[in-house]
Amino acid sequence: MVTANTELGYNSKVEGGVIVSRADAAINWIRTNSMWPMPMGLACCAIELMAVGGARFDIARFGAEVMRFSPRQADVMIVAGTVTYKMAPQVRRIYDQMASPKWVIAMGACASSGGMYRSYATLQGVDRIVPVDVYVSGCPPRPEALLDALMKLQGQVRREPAARRLLSA
Amino acid sequence: MSADLVSTLQARFPRLAPRPSADHPAVNAPLEEVVPLLRCLRDEHGFDLLTDVTAIDWAPGAAPRFTVVYHLLSTTRAGAYVRVAAPCAGTEEAPVAPSVTSLWAGADWHERECFDLMGVRFEGHPDLRRILMWDGYPYHPLRKDFPLAGIETELPAEDVAAETGARVVAAPMAGGPFVASAGEINLTEAEPRAKDESWSDRAPQPGHTPLRQVKE
Repeated sequence: MVTANTELGYNSKVEGGVIVSRADAAINWIRTNSMWPMPMGLACCAIELMAVGGARFDIARFGAEVMRFSPRQADVMIVAGTVTYKMAPQVRRIYDQMASPKWVIAMGACASSGGMYRSYATLQGVDRIVPVDVYVSGCPPRPEALLDALMKLQGQVRREPAARRLLSA
Repeated sequence: MSADLVSTLQARFPRLAPRPSADHPAVNAPLEEVVPLLRCLRDEHGFDLLTDVTAIDWAPGAAPRFTVVYHLLSTTRAGAYVRVAAPCAGTEEAPVAPSVTSLWAGADWHERECFDLMGVRFEGHPDLRRILMWDGYPYHPLRKDFPLAGIETELPAEDVAAETGARVVAAPMAGGPFVASAGEINLTEAEPRAKDESWSDRAPQPGHTPLRQVKE
């Protein structure tokens, strides 16, 4: 049965000028929909990262198109590529300079585990120096895989007790 | 053409010896004649481009242990290329070769790379620092006695090492290094894999003691 009422959204006349929700839901809704990435492009994965930023894959659909080269304006560090021991301290310093709350995506085999570089020069996984939230497999991963990682991270952030952490911080 | 160049050079530098080479002419030279020889090649034979400075490690205990090789190309004569090899002086730990930065400014980074990875000290180099590994790294990784997996040492930054507890550790090899099979039609079979898959990091090779390298 089709009703005459076509209003599907919020009706202020009926429901008043107040929305009741959980603080966590509101905060996490804000956070998940504007996660500004810090593009830590270190090797060929960075090319796929650029593709994700381009029109075809369009990371803007998920609110993460604002690549910030200043760590102080970034929320999620995407480590895209091989982390050498020489570069590792710089990666950690950039992570330290990011403002909380902050997350890390290890993009590709090298960032996740050292990948094919079983050698004296390569850090065997960026999780040895920064806490990683999402790992992406692939060498390099498809752009869709990175989008999937971003969506996984958003799902993770939605479950965070954000209000409690804000109050206890 | 190649025999011509070597014999012309030999007339000028009697201590030169032709060096076996599959493609381009190559000569063995005593270390003290390297700079005059390279200057002669540059100014009189048109070899105006130094394409590489590298070294050969003949394995620990060999005499000489290290040989430096200078690769020269001519940009004016098509296809003209020559290599000059010279055994290093100095000790096995600190081999010495002359710097050719006075002849080619571009020798600077080639010699820094050779110093970084092989440990050859180039005398007369204006700024002989490491170029690929970080300052203070204690080893020269392309030497024959350096394991591919690396040797445990400190991270380049003390503060980061203190905060994360991370160290430079030997990479897990697990039967590696991983090599592709040449001539394999089946691409799955041609994937790079360990030569010996009977052991891994969890199940060590029987009778195998892990490499414990001492700092040089």
